[in-house]
Amino acid sequence: MKIAIPVNDKTMDTDVCISFGRTPYFLIYDTESKESTFLDNAAASSQGGAGILAAQTIVDNKADALLTPRCGQNAADVINAGNVKIYKTINDSLKDNIDAFNKGELKLLSEIHAGFHNHGGK
Amino acid sequence: MKIAVLSGKGGTGKTLVSVNLASSAKKSTYIDCDVEEPNGHLFFKPKHIKTEDINIKIPLVDYNLCNGCRKCVEFCKFNALAYIKNKVMVFDDVCHSCGGCMLFCPTNAISEKDKKIGEVQKGISDNVTVVTGMLNTGEASGVPIIKKLLSYNIEDNENTVGDKLTFIDCPPGSACVVMESIKDADYCVLVAEPTVFGVHNLEMVYELVRLFNKPYGVVLNKCMDGENPAERFCLDRNIKVLGKIPFESELGTLNSNALISIRENKRYKDMFSKILQKVTEEVRNETIVNP
Repeated sequence: MKIAIPVNDKTMDTDVCISFGRTPYFLIYDTESKESTFLDNAAASSQGGAGILAAQTIVDNKADALLTPRCGQNAADVINAGNVKIYKTINDSLKDNIDAFNKGELKLLSEIHAGFHNHGGK
Repeated sequence: MKIAVLSGKGGTGKTLVSVNLASSAKKSTYIDCDVEEPNGHLFFKPKHIKTEDINIKIPLVDYNLCNGCRKCVEFCKFNALAYIKNKVMVFDDVCHSCGGCMLFCPTNAISEKDKKIGEVQKGISDNVTVVTGMLNTGEASGVPIIKKLLSYNIEDNENTVGDKLTFIDCPPGSACVVMESIKDADYCVLVAEPTVFGVHNLEMVYELVRLFNKPYGVVLNKCMDGENPAERFCLDRNIKVLGKIPFESELGTLNSNALISIRENKRYKDMFSKILQKVTEEVRNETIVNP
């Protein structure tokens, strides 16, 4: 299973990024092969709609699940349309969250915020 | 002649000045271009209101024609489009109506549909024709409404004999919506507060009107005894001061009760009439010197 996580740096010791749309990098982690790939987030410097573009990246990279502290409405619409499940991270440690996901301890993200720019969440 | 009233921030007195100047004229049009929070109509309480919806164009995708090339998604700088599971998703609220996606689509799969973003209301308050733009909450830009507001005025003026006065109550700041509002103005009135912060905000609009090569003058609002940094700013740069409005509880009370001060108090009527006279003289001089 491939999982995507917004991260602050391109190493496995890094933290989970607080922002989904404007995270500098995404980790795409394969839970079976333990293979990890770091992607630059093209949306980080977007004028607007960063969440939409970031979500497009997640779907295009064929992730099955997204682990994130939070997610806006527009991004969630794209991710849901791509049949990717969204889980809420438990803390900012990348390792803790991967372990928790593997043990089936992460909960689905239930709170989708309306976005910070009055665009989403109608 | 079109007179735009602007300031670097909200709460400086744009509406106070433009509403009272418009009321002081024999016959005038007041256009509220502050479409995110129009409040001039609260003072005028216009009657015989006619309303018109304002629509913008947003993309409409024909999935039978779409070949999935993603050119539209890649083009959109606002990320209003996504391509998921062989389908283009459109985010109406993020779209800026540039029409670029439609131009770039190689299979003509994208056309445009209307989306209402707000409305324009036109009514009468004694000697003043009141035109108000209202942008719906959450919409990206008020520019389409401002364009419509100002085009109304052109239609109106063609049917009016003599030099009718139009006052444009601008949005605060110096961004796109303000540029759109002052674009066709003959004269700009900058309203300033007597503080260091007020000077900073005055400087923003001062730079803007100079960039647009507009003739301008300053109205000093909330004037008290003692040092007035905004007045100093004007003196240092040889900027015309059109008038001074005192910081008075009587004026403040009238204003907070949504009353037009010149219709209530002779002293304020004289004060704003003087400012209006200065403004019209300035505009006339300008047309002679720089036709």
